[in-house]
Amino acid sequence: MTAELPAVGEAGSPTPDGADPPPIEVSDLSVSFGDVPVVSGVDLRVERGSLVGLVGPNGAGKTTVLRAIKGTLSPDAGAVRLDGDPAESLSAREAGRRVASVPQETSLAFDFPVRQIVEMGRTPHLGRFDGHGPDDERAVREAMDAAGVARFADRAITEVSGGERQRVLLARALAQEAPSLLLDEPTASLDVNHAVRTLELVRGLVDDGRAALAAIHDLDVAARYCDELVVLANGGVRAAGPPEDVLTAAALRDAFDAETFVGENPATGTPTVTAFDAIDGGEPDDGGAGSEPTDSGSEPTDSVEPRRVHVVGRGRSAGRAVARLAVAGHAVSVGVVPEGDAAAGVAADADARAVTAPPFAAVPSERRDEAVALAREADVTVAVGKAGRAGRTDPETGDEAGANAAVLAASDRIVRVDDNFGADDLLDAVRERDGTDASDR
Amino acid sequence: MHAWRRSAGWSAGLAATLALVAVVSAAIGPVRIPPTEVVKAVLNALTLPAGVETTSQGVGPLTVSGVNIAYRSPFAFPVDRVHQQIVVGVRLPRILMAALVGFALAAAGTVMQGFFRNPMADPSIIGVSSGAAVGAVAFIVFPVALSTTLTLPLVGAVDVTLSHGAGVSLFAFVGSLAAAFGVYAIATRHGRTPVATLLLAGVAIQTFLGAVISYLQLQAGESLRRIVAWLMGHLSGAAWSDVAVTAVVVPPLFVVLLVYARDLNVMLLGEEEAQGLGIAVERTKRILLAASALITAAGVAFAGVIGFVGLIVPHMLRLVVGPDHRVLLPSAALAGGSFLVAADTVARAGSTELPVGIVTAAVGAPFFIYLLMNREVHEL
Repeated sequence: MTAELPAVGEAGSPTPDGADPPPIEVSDLSVSFGDVPVVSGVDLRVERGSLVGLVGPNGAGKTTVLRAIKGTLSPDAGAVRLDGDPAESLSAREAGRRVASVPQETSLAFDFPVRQIVEMGRTPHLGRFDGHGPDDERAVREAMDAAGVARFADRAITEVSGGERQRVLLARALAQEAPSLLLDEPTASLDVNHAVRTLELVRGLVDDGRAALAAIHDLDVAARYCDELVVLANGGVRAAGPPEDVLTAAALRDAFDAETFVGENPATGTPTVTAFDAIDGGEPDDGGAGSEPTDSGSEPTDSVEPRRVHVVGRGRSAGRAVARLAVAGHAVSVGVVPEGDAAAGVAADADARAVTAPPFAAVPSERRDEAVALAREADVTVAVGKAGRAGRTDPETGDEAGANAAVLAASDRIVRVDDNFGADDLLDAVRERDGTDASDR
Repeated sequence: MHAWRRSAGWSAGLAATLALVAVVSAAIGPVRIPPTEVVKAVLNALTLPAGVETTSQGVGPLTVSGVNIAYRSPFAFPVDRVHQQIVVGVRLPRILMAALVGFALAAAGTVMQGFFRNPMADPSIIGVSSGAAVGAVAFIVFPVALSTTLTLPLVGAVDVTLSHGAGVSLFAFVGSLAAAFGVYAIATRHGRTPVATLLLAGVAIQTFLGAVISYLQLQAGESLRRIVAWLMGHLSGAAWSDVAVTAVVVPPLFVVLLVYARDLNVMLLGEEEAQGLGIAVERTKRILLAASALITAAGVAFAGVIGFVGLIVPHMLRLVVGPDHRVLLPSAALAGGSFLVAADTVARAGSTELPVGIVTAAVGAPFFIYLLMNREVHEL
């Protein structure tokens, strides 16, 4: 059987250099339900040894794309190729040998034992009257061990928990021993331990040469395990590529309609995404302006003009201010902060400029001048925590406090917040300090 | 292989049970006959083809001029002639008919419950029983003489005459298939037959046909009594010719269902998943539907609407042997045969004979309620 496959593949898709066609290739796929288009013009390919994550907001069509690849719905336009052959030309049996899928959930009205559910994964390999041979039994045993379901193999599927059931479905797909794997939210109902184990398992299979495409809603998880991400939104592919290229605030704003801060997970070194409410103007604060601590009689505004904001302070609280201001769309700079400070790390993630100085030492004067220049350019300077009191320090003192005092002295407008500031208060204060903007309204 | 071996074990045991029930049933009646004599009488009646003779005088059912198949009875136990006649001529065809009908209904019920993934499904769910009832009732109310002279090529003029009973069965058979096909056609669009649509179309057609039956009953006049008897289900008057027709139709269809037993297991996971596991879902659904409709039609065409066999027997057996259709289907079918033979024995054992449908419902419904109270059915 393996002998005939390449021949069919060659006929199906001409690949340069005689390279094998990709296990999964989707080109210009369009699917609609009735008159409602769900996805259109979707292109993606999954190579051997590659785990591709399909991410995107709810309703973006992730499951639809997976179903089109499985062949359970027929596309309006475009093609799905499995190992180079058009999917619609394959019998269900042949398709079942090429692609195994782990569904989001399963409905089972009858109480089959777990073992028998896993054995059903062998269906595409069996003739109508074949019993399970040694190969089938080995595949079932290995799949159950790998997915960690062997322990409850003899229990009824109706009696195991939701997370256990999802692992049974994974085991069934593994027993199928297909070169490609489709997973629809494989970790949706798993606890952290089993979620990680499941993805490590999939990662291992992929590293052994399989191809996998997984719809994953958790962006951090997707970034951590996938080689490539495909962002699906508004019916089409919005971005595709390695996670660090795809997971940017701009791409995510486009796809999810949400403001996000993309940082680096300190434990894994992979991108981590934090989402905030869309800041499309905030809420109009009609009359409530009097409660603002920095209110100076300006009219309330309901739009955010991006501003140059300089942040003075250090540590996590200053980092948080940098992140929130950057997410809100302001151009942010920070300094002077010690090298390796949390605020400096956040600034790097947020593409904000950070002026750093060696810790436990005098601040070099050129660094101090740099920060002063940034503060002078800025519309607003935000002083976080202890830094807000730096104004009382003699600017000529050579340490960080002195430098910060010089920075504050150079600032036009200063917003002082303490370490436990509320994010909304900070954003409002920055906005309200802006007299020119307010007068427009 | 393991499942099929288990299946064979259960089938052997249940087939033995069916034989035992049949022998006991044949012993019971207005004339009591010892079971040993029943067995002897049955063995006496066995005839086997023993060779080909070239006399012109034929005795067997196959008579071709000049060539005869010779039959021989291997056994000749001394049995009372009257007893021999009662067992072989009267009770045995009825018992075999009950076994075949129960077998067919329980098999179709098992498949329908799996097909619809609903433990409340039964063979009548796709309109088969209602269609059969309309056909039979229409024929009873407006009997047409089914006697024509067909002029066939090669053979020449052939007189074809159907008895009244055979006419009822024929119309019931045609009616049931027409109803099932109508339900299927309504529910099918673009080559796909969603199970939920099929279920609703079945309910709609059953309701409509129920109205037709009620109207026909109003118009029935003197034949109302016969209509009611037919609708309640009956096995009286079963003749060897009826048994022969049913025995030719039911087993091959059962084999078709059995061949698809493993596919049916996988289909329980849901159609999409079954597709992903290499099952040609729509084709499998068509085959399962057609075979179940035919096997049900074969059962109800002769025996009328016998309820509860196709609903309860699959349930009971699922509790005993588990949900694997490779084991469940033959087990339920054989148990269905035993159940209907036993129920029919009860129906004819009293001073006045009851329609067997009353017995199956009267025994089946309380048992079903018992299962419900024990929450066994909820778990399915």
